[in-house]
Amino acid sequence: MAWNGFVKGNWCESIDVQNFIAVNRTPYVGDQSFLEASTARTDRLMAYFNALKKEEAKRGGVLDIDTERVSSLLSYPKGVMAGYDEIIFGLQTDQPLKRGVNPFGGIRMARQACEAYGYQLSDTVEEHFKYKTTHNEGVFRVYSDEIKAMRKAGVITGLPDAYGRGRVIGDYRRIALYGVDYLIEQKRIDKKRIADGPMLQHTIQLSEELYKQIDFLKKLKAMAAEYGHDIGKPAVDTVEAVQWTYYGYLAGIKEQNGAAMSLGRVSTFIDIYAERDMAEGRYDEKAIQEIIDDFVIKLRMARQLRTPDYNELFAGDPLWVTEAIGGMGLDGKTLVTKTSFRFLHTLTNLGPAPEPNMTVLWSNDLPEGFKKYCAELSILTDAIQYENDDLMRPLYGDDYGIACCVSAMKIGKDMQFFGARSNLPKTFSIALNGGYDTMTAMQIGPAMQVMDDEVLDFDKVWARLDSYLEWLCDKYVNTMNIIHFMHDKYAYEKTQMALHDTEVHRYMAFGIAGLSVLTDSLSAIKYASVKPIKNAQGYITDYEVTGDFPKYGNDLDEVDSIAVALTDSFIEKLKKHETYRQAEHTVSILTITSNVVYGIKTDNTPDGRRKGMPFAPGANPMHGRDKNGALASLNSVAKLSFDSCRDGISCTFSITPHTLGTVIDTQSENLVNIMDGYFGQQAHHLNVNVLNREKLVDAMENPDKYPNLTIRVSGYAVNFNQLSRRQQEEVIQRTYHEQL
Amino acid sequence: MLLRVHSIETLGALDGPGIRTVVFLQGCPLRCGYCHNPDTWSYEAGKMMTEDELFRRILRMKPYFKDSGGVTFSGGEPLRQAPALLSLMHRLKKEEIHMAIDTSGAVWSQAVDEVIHLADLILLDIKHTNADAFFQLTGGQLKQVLEFLDVLKRDAIPYWIRQVTIPGITDSEAQIEQLGKITASDSRERIELLPFHKMGMTKWEKLGISCPLADVAPMSAAVTEQLQIYLSNI
Repeated sequence: MAWNGFVKGNWCESIDVQNFIAVNRTPYVGDQSFLEASTARTDRLMAYFNALKKEEAKRGGVLDIDTERVSSLLSYPKGVMAGYDEIIFGLQTDQPLKRGVNPFGGIRMARQACEAYGYQLSDTVEEHFKYKTTHNEGVFRVYSDEIKAMRKAGVITGLPDAYGRGRVIGDYRRIALYGVDYLIEQKRIDKKRIADGPMLQHTIQLSEELYKQIDFLKKLKAMAAEYGHDIGKPAVDTVEAVQWTYYGYLAGIKEQNGAAMSLGRVSTFIDIYAERDMAEGRYDEKAIQEIIDDFVIKLRMARQLRTPDYNELFAGDPLWVTEAIGGMGLDGKTLVTKTSFRFLHTLTNLGPAPEPNMTVLWSNDLPEGFKKYCAELSILTDAIQYENDDLMRPLYGDDYGIACCVSAMKIGKDMQFFGARSNLPKTFSIALNGGYDTMTAMQIGPAMQVMDDEVLDFDKVWARLDSYLEWLCDKYVNTMNIIHFMHDKYAYEKTQMALHDTEVHRYMAFGIAGLSVLTDSLSAIKYASVKPIKNAQGYITDYEVTGDFPKYGNDLDEVDSIAVALTDSFIEKLKKHETYRQAEHTVSILTITSNVVYGIKTDNTPDGRRKGMPFAPGANPMHGRDKNGALASLNSVAKLSFDSCRDGISCTFSITPHTLGTVIDTQSENLVNIMDGYFGQQAHHLNVNVLNREKLVDAMENPDKYPNLTIRVSGYAVNFNQLSRRQQEEVIQRTYHEQL
Repeated sequence: MLLRVHSIETLGALDGPGIRTVVFLQGCPLRCGYCHNPDTWSYEAGKMMTEDELFRRILRMKPYFKDSGGVTFSGGEPLRQAPALLSLMHRLKKEEIHMAIDTSGAVWSQAVDEVIHLADLILLDIKHTNADAFFQLTGGQLKQVLEFLDVLKRDAIPYWIRQVTIPGITDSEAQIEQLGKITASDSRERIELLPFHKMGMTKWEKLGISCPLADVAPMSAAVTEQLQIYLSNI
């Protein structure tokens, strides 16, 4: 019954959402003129939500905390927004925006987070976790002194060793299409099959995980039952399809407090229900948009409790509720549907906002109407990021999602072990100083002589750096293996992994920060003359640079090739080391807002950057060094090889509206051409901001004037007012491409 | 051949259709009182670049041009380097790159003649339509500009007419009407007024030269828009 009207295919025989979408979707190649405005009901609900957000900001960023319970699927009584005629139900706790406590990553983090906002973790929770090992405790039982020192000095930072690793995307659509009962049945069959084979460490581990998955699928069903829904069975219409999908997501964020909790790729899936129901006269356009609007309001309400330290790294309370929109199908037809538009249209109906993290999968072959609509919305809202579908589709098929900002994975088939990032400019300083870190005055790496050349020689520096990168990669893999072994052991993603195939492909995602700083530093050594300046103890803490040198960001091969060589060599070095569960090594060039913190931990560098100053975000050229305009800058970034950085290459592009043209029509056409040109060169990712610097300066002084000012930073969007002063200043300093 | 280049802006969307790579060539015979790039005047400043290097740089931007964009040679006065430019343009033509020349029309030579016939579009900035006022504002001769314009009309070379609207100098309806009339022809694709702004003033200060229009207020965008409507109705 639930499947009436759908075209049959492989998806009817086994779990295969990709096939369901492939054979049932209705590609849409028109423009946005069919879209409907929000209803009065939606406006009223939105006004209530906005009032709650205002109160949340007034209370220092956290509205309320439930300190008595531990967050999970069935911890809280059902939460509703009484009197607002919700269409899609389910809150994380019993009250909107009230945050739950999730100590599985580490009890100390949970305790500190409560205290930071004037709360105290209850004795009940404290008592309970006295007898429980957390992921954090597990990790620190095994970390070596060397790893601890690298972590403390900030050579590797932001590691998920005290909070949930996140980056796992459950295939929440499976709940809607098949119902939980069928999913449980399939998991039982898998478990039995494994039990029939040899029981060894990996099969025993998997078997226990399957036990947990089945257990949590049952809990998921019970959670929905509290709202009066039987999700044991497939969804019968559009509202149920959205609701069932959302329950899956909701369970995921109740159970896990991972940094990035993506939604996946749901809009075209939902569109199939919408098309069928509209054809049968069950809903009209207004009603469908209202469902999507309501769903997106719920997604915007997702919250996790974090510590102030954490907020330094990932500012603005992000959750990366990333939704991948658009792209092309393997059959050559587009995956853009009317619901792709409807999803983006929430930016208009509900106002601009950072979440969900709208991610358009860009292809040269996307329908022109859709391209233009995206560009227009980017110009109006600065809330969209773009990723190259033509680059990813051959590798991940046509049903992949984006974990966090830029990490592609096949939905329900791949997962990743998130590994934050390593600080390359700092590694460079440590290398020149023979393993000594001048910022913490600690010997961190293998001891060698401080480089004693009067003028630094490029080949010698490169060889020295190379040997320290070998050391870094070796320790980095070890660190990640420990973290993810322990996360699987003590904080396994039971609900989310239940919404994956039993046999998943695993990535281990390493990261690089400060690529442009190191590239320009090496360019200075190669093309100008760099004299190291030593401190009283004989360590290099500064440089005297004579002459000019080419800088990354100007489309100059002589320097861009250094950046390419660094990334190519990094992944090669990582691959020398065996990973936990045979995960595939990948690298991202992405910083979130941590480029500020990484800068603080790094001494002077030969590119002219002073001690403590921020790095450029992601793969961006350093602020103000790209002298030939935006496209030369993008061309430099486009040279980095996706093969070496399969976890993503993030680039943030800010331009004034006037530079793009005088009227919105020309502006959006030009923006489309920019993206076609950039992605046509195998570039991977682009954050687009179209705004005037003056507006940000004004917003810094008068935040009340701009309550919804959203901007894209590295890999996500953020409400500008939620950034710290230092982060705001860094964003304002960035290059704004401008032509007078 | 070498060209003297002030700078390259790879993302221009204002000087010609679509996405433009704007090559600012160094050196200009005029001394417009409102110039926002006085650092492009000198024939000695800037950086010498080979034709090859420029050709390569422009070609790198081809993916962004699609069916509308291209390269715009601006300045300074790009036509002062017409011989070298001509050789570069022949190579770009073979690559089917759309080429625009942003000029004051104040120079003439055999090479200039060839350049404007090879170009796909001329952006002709007519500083003023009255000969005396033109001289006072720029130090150049209007007569030369009008002869240049005649060639565009005669040979049906596509062109845009532009003028900076300056309070008290070019903002009279009479002057604007005159601009509309003398530039009219079938190959004129667009005529636009650009409001005088003072964002280039810091450059004058940096160069240590005093700007004769330093005390003139910036032109209101709204008034300019009204004048543009007036112009379109002529």
